Amino acid sequence: MQPALADRTAPSATAARVRRLPPEAGILLVLIALALAFELLGWIFVHQSFLANEQRLVIMILQVSVIGVIAVGVTQVIITGGIDLSSGSVVALTAMVAASLAQSSEAVRAVYPALIDLPAIVPVAAGLAVGAAAGLVNGTLIASTGIPPFIATLGVMVSARGLAKWYTRGQPVSMLTDPYAAIGSGAVPVVVFLATALLFHVALRHTRYGKFTYAIGANREAARVAGIRVGRHLVLVYAIAGLLSGLAGVLTSARAVSGQAGMGLMYELDAIAAAVIGGASLSGGVGRITGTVIGTLILGVVTSGFTFLRIDAYYQEIVKGGIIVAAVVADQYRRRRRLTAT
Amino acid sequence: MAAAVATPVRPDLLEVRGVSKSFPGVAALEDVTLRLRHGTVHALMGENGAGKSTLMKIVAGVCTPDSGELRLEGRALRLGSPGQALAAGIAMIHQELNLLPTMSVAENIWIGREPLNALRLVRHRELNRRARALLERLAVDLDPRAELRTLPLAARQMVEIARALSYDSRLLIMDEPTSALTEREAERLFAVIRDLRSRGVGIFYVTHRIEELFALADEISVLRDGRHVGTSRPRDLTRDDIIRMMVGRELPPPAAAAPAQAGPVALSAQGLSVAGEFEDVSFELHAGEILGVAGLAGSGRSKLAETLFGLVAPTAGEIRIGGSAVRLDSPAAAISRGLGFLTEDRKESGCFLSLSVLENLEISVLSRDFVRMGFVHAAGARRACERMVSALRVKTPGLGERIENLSGGNQQKVLIGRCLLTRPKILILDEPTRGVDVGAKAEIHQLITRLVAAGTAVLMISSEMPEILAMSHRVMVMHEGRVTGILERAAATQVKIMDLAAR
Repeated sequence: MQPALADRTAPSATAARVRRLPPEAGILLVLIALALAFELLGWIFVHQSFLANEQRLVIMILQVSVIGVIAVGVTQVIITGGIDLSSGSVVALTAMVAASLAQSSEAVRAVYPALIDLPAIVPVAAGLAVGAAAGLVNGTLIASTGIPPFIATLGVMVSARGLAKWYTRGQPVSMLTDPYAAIGSGAVPVVVFLATALLFHVALRHTRYGKFTYAIGANREAARVAGIRVGRHLVLVYAIAGLLSGLAGVLTSARAVSGQAGMGLMYELDAIAAAVIGGASLSGGVGRITGTVIGTLILGVVTSGFTFLRIDAYYQEIVKGGIIVAAVVADQYRRRRRLTAT
Repeated sequence: MAAAVATPVRPDLLEVRGVSKSFPGVAALEDVTLRLRHGTVHALMGENGAGKSTLMKIVAGVCTPDSGELRLEGRALRLGSPGQALAAGIAMIHQELNLLPTMSVAENIWIGREPLNALRLVRHRELNRRARALLERLAVDLDPRAELRTLPLAARQMVEIARALSYDSRLLIMDEPTSALTEREAERLFAVIRDLRSRGVGIFYVTHRIEELFALADEISVLRDGRHVGTSRPRDLTRDDIIRMMVGRELPPPAAAAPAQAGPVALSAQGLSVAGEFEDVSFELHAGEILGVAGLAGSGRSKLAETLFGLVAPTAGEIRIGGSAVRLDSPAAAISRGLGFLTEDRKESGCFLSLSVLENLEISVLSRDFVRMGFVHAAGARRACERMVSALRVKTPGLGERIENLSGGNQQKVLIGRCLLTRPKILILDEPTRGVDVGAKAEIHQLITRLVAAGTAVLMISSEMPEILAMSHRVMVMHEGRVTGILERAAATQVKIMDLAAR
């Protein structure tokens, strides 16, 4: 590759204009097109509007908020060139731990009879801490042993699920305090999702943490030579991803007003899908939180749209898989065309 | 040369007629016409971005011309893919090696054409035998069963060359084949090229090293800004003629090292060793001095540089910076002690190809400057990078351009800029001008000279003898992991250095 462009100082006006469009523009169009498609199909088949229904939209965003919180962490892991398969299991584990510390005095057989009616901050802090610890294990395994992130997080995924079941010998944890349940009600999860996204959008774009994250994913060896302590930084990124899975676990248990070991099943795959639909590249160095937010909304629109059209849940999953692949294929095609153009 | 004159009836091996090619917004080639005769080496020269690579890609079927045509032995040739070019007897050795790192040498050479038995299983013994025969023809001592990623860069390049030869091609395109080779390896390659030439193979040879032309080429064509400037025989040209044709302007006089103002010792090593790589290396590097490091591949010079920069832990010995012993456990520690390092492998451990020029420049300095409470002071970093880009005369449409789209010379300048932004007192440069065109090379040399005049200590590894001789105040020669001599500038001659490097 030795494009002659490098020696000319002024690329053509059209080239410059194309470049100024943010990379999310394409995927945003997909989101809008999907929404409009459901709108159209809605009028044809069920004789009502898909979009002009505030309640539906709120439920839709609410449903994907938990996935969105996880996806914000997973995006950062993917930017480093890694992957985190443990998120779903960590949701279950943190949901169990948090719920066990959020039980009210009405609980018949509390997990910790001495620890009931605690202020909500205690279970929240515990959930976040357990999540961060799981992420710390991921990061330390990857940084110190050099095993691929896929393997390390696969191991943690299996073990965390096991821990979640062992914690109460498979019993669900219920009868949680009202203040804790409030965390999962109303628009709180949506606000948490958007706040998390904004926080890490800023962190990735404007802090040294973000610059190092992209550099490691773009070329790990060059990052080391450039003076980045790669191992230490990876541990931090995985810990943050774990922390956000913990936050998702807290939201999930608060919303369900219980903790169950089966929670968060396959969430890791939805989160990865959201990040990848949003333009994150599994080979690292590429990805943005704004894209991931749009990717998350696409998943929400698809689920909500199919339900709205009263399509069988089985078909939903089949088609959802196709949409994930199609979105990434379209994105790669667009990228390749831009690359050959330069 | 004589053969071409003696057979006037036979059409030329390849004729490029009025070929133009443009990429969106840029004309990469404009109306280029040249011919390659049977049994000749036709050198193509030009600065990075002059269009050499594009032209060669057209001949190799990687891209198609917008207008104009190719004629192979008088017949029009239309190529839609590299596969069709191979079938027509045209093979290209790419500048960026296209090899499979986890497969063996033999598998790499014969990929897609493995000898099969009746059950269509690969006959590995036959595969290895063929590869060995081919490598012997190249006089390369390589085990066909060796996994490619375990081999040094020079050996991998030989594998790439062997693969091109394996097609029994009539026309061979070599894009800077010697850029990663030591002089001895290059000589071996030249012998192979001369042998191929005597068998009637025509060779397009792209290079930045003018010395090679006089040793090798029968004809020289120069491209500039996508246009064909001229074709001549080497004996009709001087070095300066060629440079003038390529650059289209007068170059600054060749950098000559200023007399050493032997400052205090900036960096020293005492009995430094890395088991299996190099042993008992001791030297002193003064502020305001260039210590050249010469040696063949495998002499341990790059490993020494990596050790000094904290990339490799020494197994014995001591490194001192400014008189005090230091333990460098990482490049981060080395940078904070005032070291800067330019890697020899731009693509593997230098550039972040998917990131912008700005992001490539600022990454190292962010460990120190332009950051408050973790937040990057974007405007400040951008200003510093803008200053660096104009000081180093990096040709780029803007700081936001992906570094991938820059030519090799400009990428190299960006990497040097990355080092300089941390204001290092000691610079370790590993092949600072590898794969860089003449213009950029002179600029890099001038820059190094300026830095040294300002008191920077420079350790410069180079495979190019003229560079070592012109730039160094002293030359340290290594051979198989040991320092075989440190020569003062006056005593450093090519013969003396080669004697110490190859004893």
